[in-house]
Order: sequence, then structure tokens, then C-alpha cells
Amino acid sequence: MPTTGAILACHECDLLQHEVGLEPGGVARCRRCGAQLYRSRPHELDRVPAYTLAAFILYLVSNAFPVVGLSINGELVQATLLGAVRGMYADGDWLVAALVLVTAVIAPFVQMVAMMWLVLFLRMGRVPKSFAKVFRLLAFTRPWGMVEVLMIGVMVALVKLAHMAEVVPGIALWSLAGSMLLLAAAGAAFDPHLLWSKVSDAR
Amino acid sequence: MKRDAVTAARRGLRACHICMLVSHVAPTREHAACPRCGAALHLRKPDSIARTWAFLLAAIILYIPANLLPMTSVHTLFGDQEDTIMSGVVYLWTAGSWPLAVIVFVASIMVPMLKIMALVFLLLSVKMRSRWQPVQRTRLYRLIELVGRWSMLDIFVIAFLVALVQLRALATIKAGPAAACFGAVVVLTMCATLSFDPRLIWDPVEDGHG
Repeated sequence: MPTTGAILACHECDLLQHEVGLEPGGVARCRRCGAQLYRSRPHELDRVPAYTLAAFILYLVSNAFPVVGLSINGELVQATLLGAVRGMYADGDWLVAALVLVTAVIAPFVQMVAMMWLVLFLRMGRVPKSFAKVFRLLAFTRPWGMVEVLMIGVMVALVKLAHMAEVVPGIALWSLAGSMLLLAAAGAAFDPHLLWSKVSDAR
Repeated sequence: MKRDAVTAARRGLRACHICMLVSHVAPTREHAACPRCGAALHLRKPDSIARTWAFLLAAIILYIPANLLPMTSVHTLFGDQEDTIMSGVVYLWTAGSWPLAVIVFVASIMVPMLKIMALVFLLLSVKMRSRWQPVQRTRLYRLIELVGRWSMLDIFVIAFLVALVQLRALATIKAGPAAACFGAVVVLTMCATLSFDPRLIWDPVEDGHG
């Protein structure tokens, strides 16, 4: 592999190594500990905003419509995401309510907006002053956005209730599944190392 | 071969944790900022061991009420029933939905316990400056970083159960005191994982060949 001259340090074992060119879609791993160093992601600046925008729209839908409903003797009780948070808060479980609000609503939205903001500016060939700040915000919120865990959690709740009453899946359940898949696609198309090398190029 | 194994720290280089740029910092300088993105440059995550222990000990303490106190309480016309995490799993198992019982068991019982044990093990091995199997220990760290978030599953399940089961006088579900404890355990173990610096695993390996 030809080296590009740049050096980088593994973030997991600190080994210095030369950056090498990658085939499209390839992954560079640390030769000592095997950590993923960077990836080649073709069309990153096109794919990331496309997937993220689609996920964002579906996530708006997921927050606006009921996720699941229970039908008992013809009476329908429905729950939205924010309704579930409000219910926990009303019961005095403010800690649990805050946890759900942050991991299921705030962090995913911050993550999606930050990702689109970064990539769209870079796509226009511009690096605004607050680029690094927004990137740090994205790195900070990334571990706390839990859309996929939320999705499985809703499914478990559905099955748990299925023997009590008739369960009615809501619109938001489908949009939640869609945004989960699109977020995964956006994450797979995104490589921070690549993004920063484009920042260096744009400056 | 070991001649190649040069770390950034040994060369007086610091890698930015945000943009990954490697830059030279004079060893006498405590504080430095990344020239590309302006983030603070550290040789290792600051106070990694102390912070990880602090989060971890808090998590271990809260792990006890999280498992012993009721997670949910169900009030129906026929009486009240309180479930802990474990009795919830048993209930799912006996009710015949064993795939769900397995998912909840893994996410709520196995993952938090293994995460706590793995972090204690990693911290002790770093403290003893162990040179044993650094690749495997780094993999263990990567694994707990990856699966830690799945413990939040039960919190989401409870949130939706509470929201849905408000059937007037027929039945209500309320979150028990264990829910907040369990949520705190998940957050604290995630914070502990984020504060731990896997490069500490490799530092004794370096010195051994020096």
C-alpha cells in the first residue's frame, strides 16, 4: 500500500502509523490492536446528508404520531413518545422521564441536525468558524442517541401487552423503524477522519 | 519488529480526540490545543483511572437496589403485583415468550453485570501494569463500549407500559423505585466506559520493551 505521508496515532493503543490509501469502501485498521482507524467512504458528502435528512423527517413523524395503542372493549388508548415521557414525569419518576427524553428525543435530533449542518457546509466548500464546536457536540451526543434501543424496547412492550388487550401499532412505529435503518445507513456512510481531511482541503 | 512499535506519547506527539490530527507538543507543556480544531490535547484522557473508578463504584452501589427493589408495580381489581428485573424475566419465560425473556435477560441482567466486571478487571490490570494479552483486553473494552447502551432497553419498555396501561380503574402500571436506580446504573457505567482510556492498557507493554 502506498503511504500518503500523513501519520496518525491509534486512538486505542497510541501506535503511530502511516496513513495509507484505501480502495473505495475499504477500512484501515491498527496493525497492533486492530482498532478501526478510518474508512474510505465514497460520496460521503452526498450520502450522509441524504440519509440524515430522510431519517430526520421520519423522526419528526415518529414524535408527532402515536407509537402504539391498546384497544380494550373498543376503546383505544394510544401513546406517543413525548406522551410516555410526560406520563413518567407525572408519576414523579422525573429521572426516568429525563433519561428517556434525552436518549430518545433530544440526542437523536441534535445528532441528525449536527451531522447535516457539518456535511452540507463542507459540501459547499465552506468551513464555518463553529465547525469544530458542532463536531464536538456531535461526538459528545453520539453515545447517547438510542433510536435502535428505543425501537426494540417498543417491540418488547408490544409483546408484553399483547396478551392483555389488542395491540394497535401506530404510524410512529413504522417511521421509527425507517429512521432507525436510515440512521444506521448515515452512520455507515460517515467517517470522521475523512470529514476532517476534507476540512483541511477546504481551508 | 518492536523498533516499529512507536507510540505517539513516546515521540512527544499528541493525537486530538476530536479530529485525530497528530501534533507535536513540548513535554513541558501541560495544556495545548489542537491546531486544526482547537480541542484540548491530552496525552491520555484526563484522570482516566480515578474518574472510571468513581463512576463505576457509584454504579455498583446502585446496582443493588436496582435488582432488589421492584421495577414495576401493577395495580388491578384483583390485587397488586410487584416485579423486580429478575421476576419480570421469569414471568416472560413462564408466559411462553422465551425469546423476549432472553432479550430482556441479556440486556438488563447480563450486560450490566458483565460491564461492571469487565471494567473492574480492566482497571485492576492497568493498575498492576499487566502486560498480559493487551489485544484481548482492548477487544473487551471495545465490546463493552458497543453493548453498553442496550441496557437502556428496559427503561424504554417501562415508559411505554406506563403510558399505555392507564385503563381507568381496571389496571395501572407504575414504575417502581428500581427503575430510576437501574437508569442511573446504565448512565454511570456508560460514563465509566467513556472515561476509561484503552491506551493505558498498552503503556506497560511499551515500557517492557524499552
